[in-house]
Amino acid sequence: MSIGASLKRLEDYNLLTGRGQYVGDLQFSDQCEAVIIRSPHAHAIIRSIDVEEARGFDGVLLILTASDLPDDLRPIPMRLSPDPILEKALQYPLAKDRVRYVGDPVAVIVAKNRYMAEDAADLIKIEYEVLPPVTDAVQSLEPEAPILHPDAGTNEMYLIHGKKGDAAERLKTCEHVLEEELYVQRHSGIPMETRGLLALCDEDERLTVYGAAKVVHFNHQLMARLLNKNIDEIRLVETDCGGGFGPRGEFYPEDYLIPFAAMRLKRPVKWIEDRLEHFKATNHSREQKHRVTVGFDGDGRIYALRDEVFFDQGGYIRTHGTTVPSLTQAMLPGPYDFSDIEIVTHLVLTNKTPVGTYRGPGRFEGTFVRERVIDMVAAHLKLDPTVVRERNYIRPEQMPYSNGLSALGQVIEYDSGDYAETLDRARKFMGWDEFAGKQSRARQEGRFIGLGFASFVEKSGFGPWEFAEVEMRPDGRVICKTGLTEVGQGITTTLAQICSDQLGIPYGDVSVVHGDTALVEKGNGSFATRGAVVGGSAAWHAAGLLKEKLLNIAAGQLEVPADMLALKNGGVVYAETGQAAMPLEELLPVCSDLGISLCEKYTFHIEHMTYPYGCHAAEVELDPDTGALQILNYYIAYDLGKAINPMLVEGQLIGGMAQGLGGAIYENLKYDEIGQLVSGSFMDYLIPTSMEVPEVTTEILENYPSPLNPLGVKGAGEGGTVAVAPAIANAIVNALQEYAIPITSLPLRPERIREALKQMKPER
Amino acid sequence: MTEKTAESNRLKTITLKVNHKEYTVDVEPRMLLSDVLRDILRLTGTHVGCEHGVCGACTITMDGRPVRSCLVFGVQADQADIVTVEGLESEDGELHPLQKGFWEKHGLQCGFCTPGMLMTACHLLEHNPDPSREEIREAISGNLCRCTGYQGIVDAVEYAAKEMRERAE
Ligand code: FES
Ligand code: FES
Repeated sequence: MSIGASLKRLEDYNLLTGRGQYVGDLQFSDQCEAVIIRSPHAHAIIRSIDVEEARGFDGVLLILTASDLPDDLRPIPMRLSPDPILEKALQYPLAKDRVRYVGDPVAVIVAKNRYMAEDAADLIKIEYEVLPPVTDAVQSLEPEAPILHPDAGTNEMYLIHGKKGDAAERLKTCEHVLEEELYVQRHSGIPMETRGLLALCDEDERLTVYGAAKVVHFNHQLMARLLNKNIDEIRLVETDCGGGFGPRGEFYPEDYLIPFAAMRLKRPVKWIEDRLEHFKATNHSREQKHRVTVGFDGDGRIYALRDEVFFDQGGYIRTHGTTVPSLTQAMLPGPYDFSDIEIVTHLVLTNKTPVGTYRGPGRFEGTFVRERVIDMVAAHLKLDPTVVRERNYIRPEQMPYSNGLSALGQVIEYDSGDYAETLDRARKFMGWDEFAGKQSRARQEGRFIGLGFASFVEKSGFGPWEFAEVEMRPDGRVICKTGLTEVGQGITTTLAQICSDQLGIPYGDVSVVHGDTALVEKGNGSFATRGAVVGGSAAWHAAGLLKEKLLNIAAGQLEVPADMLALKNGGVVYAETGQAAMPLEELLPVCSDLGISLCEKYTFHIEHMTYPYGCHAAEVELDPDTGALQILNYYIAYDLGKAINPMLVEGQLIGGMAQGLGGAIYENLKYDEIGQLVSGSFMDYLIPTSMEVPEVTTEILENYPSPLNPLGVKGAGEGGTVAVAPAIANAIVNALQEYAIPITSLPLRPERIREALKQMKPER
Repeated sequence: MTEKTAESNRLKTITLKVNHKEYTVDVEPRMLLSDVLRDILRLTGTHVGCEHGVCGACTITMDGRPVRSCLVFGVQADQADIVTVEGLESEDGELHPLQKGFWEKHGLQCGFCTPGMLMTACHLLEHNPDPSREEIREAISGNLCRCTGYQGIVDAVEYAAKEMRERAE
């Protein structure tokens, strides 16, 4: 059985030997290079663009401004949760008369190579009339705030209102009521490989575009639509991809501009985003403010939750539409059973880079808010925060459980799970029962240690469908075509394991083909932790159909009923005894003689997402003089129903934890008041290094297989990330109990902890 | 024609050894070594993640020392002896113990940081055949990885160190 085994990845050999093919590695003869000229202002009217001098520069081949693009060009539409209300704030590939963030594309310059294109870019003269910018979502709603999109008439593009019961009424009757304001800063996926594209256009106007990722088939259709071409005149090809995490692979202005330039020039045009550009151009994420009110009784049982969320969208609506804000609010209650809920989310425009998803969108933010609030409730009542959690969990017997809120067009309905168990394991592993003693002993030595917990529910398996095609070749090798894509998560190995399990062959005999619109007929791609759940199930079924076919033919040959046979060890065996009946080498020629095609397709549909869950726990030590934080011990318990490859799941959890840690303590896409991005390089945008990321212990549980798919899987992509910030924040508060320091915003920078400690006198 | 002359006037001829092979190439003085390796020599295993010397993806060894090839001009590498990720495998195609370790211990996900990590780790093990986990972490701390959380990488380097020690015995 290869499902459930920690097998080595099929992806790795090429990547380890320098044989990977990332988009920047490709080179075609006659290829030229594009540089995008971007707005230096956060908010301005474009008065004029003079490209004459640049046009005459050595090696320059093409310069494009908005006036060179077709008059009827439409803006980039939404991919997920689209809504007509948002259409007035969509982004055009090049800014027409106004720029709305630092980095807004204004012109494209193509030259023989990037060195030349950059030189020539300096000669383009653009006159701007600078407008007052707005860089804060709450301020953006004030009447005197400048309006970003005059057509829309308001900066509040959307309001999401979710309700269960009557929170306002319920709050009136609660014994205790707590109100807090919490904030999560702007940060994002920041993959190690920046975006890039390489577009070729042949004499017949056929386009081939390399560098697609994540949602290749969707972008294929969109590209055709925007470029006014037939879908079969364009081929999109996924290359190796140096990290996805949400931002990479969405349809951006460049996904139009580079193919368009290639069509104009009839020669290969390459564009590789540089790192400084990446910080300004690629989706940001996460920034939101919450005003939370909770009502509870003296035992810590929470009855009412009310939250008003201010979601900072940046200058335009990008491809995710309302996905992040709606997931924020629908998943905000997490693993808890609150009887009355009311959440209002304002989606607000500001003069900053537009936002999209980043690993655990909405849940990273909501989990921080909720799990901090749980600890605040506990502190208020002087109760054990883990006990407060316990008292509020949805219990297994309440499943399936709906919290009454919806996102991505469906009501949240948790299918199965036992949330208390993961907390229990975390408490045990971290020694919570003995921790108070350990803590006071440490304190006597002048050391400040603390332990914090955070529970979470994730979502995975976003539908509505995924496609797989599994074919056995005459030599016994299997080709599995999938609509998923590889962003480093190991989907190739995962699918090979699934096929191998069904067909009884080594997983190394399976080649997985993905992300090429000429080879794979359809697909939805890899996002929202849907790969193993939806794509894996499609492959399982397609391989299952192939298995049935093979067994039926073998049954005919062997003259026994098919249900007495099975596939194992590279051949047909008798199901009961496992004894070999017919090796594939014998069966496959028979199939080809009979003219039977050994290729099966399957489209797996799924109506509801599924919900893995777990608990993070962090033990930290603080230096009271410097505010420096050290993580002494970190633990994650995660129940995902079924792990296809536990080693890969662990890799996802630990890698995800490191990203969550970045968001918790280090990373910040910070703007000044005139809207300049002041953390636009790795010098000032701090990604955790091997010195900051601690050793993490993970415990992978398979207690509640998902009833919604044949594999029982619930997905592993995001659970490592979403609960890091509250686990650490709660640990900090626990370490400094007597100081009552208000840990309500991220990132948890040491200077803030140090300042807070200076100002706060111990309470007792 | 004038264009060509202007261009060729700017070019400098350099000779460098990469993975034991000698190359003589004409480069503009401003061309980064990373671009020389990738675009002219077509050794694309060396990756570029930031071009400002922080991410470490472009790390190679130059005259035995790990160097960020995005911070060196091609002309500065004249006469240098360079090893890139493509030079790690042995002549007969056997993987370096570090490559094996990364494979065994899930030391990579997207693989983009991997060449730089391998080159940095290679230098570490040459100078410290039995590093502690802490020492490994310190040695690779100049290489950013966004996928793995480093734990698999540390495991991989430990694995390789052990393998290499056993081989040496
Ligand atoms: S590319 Fe050289 S250090 Fe990042
Ligand atoms: S494996 Fe992706 S950046 Fe390290």
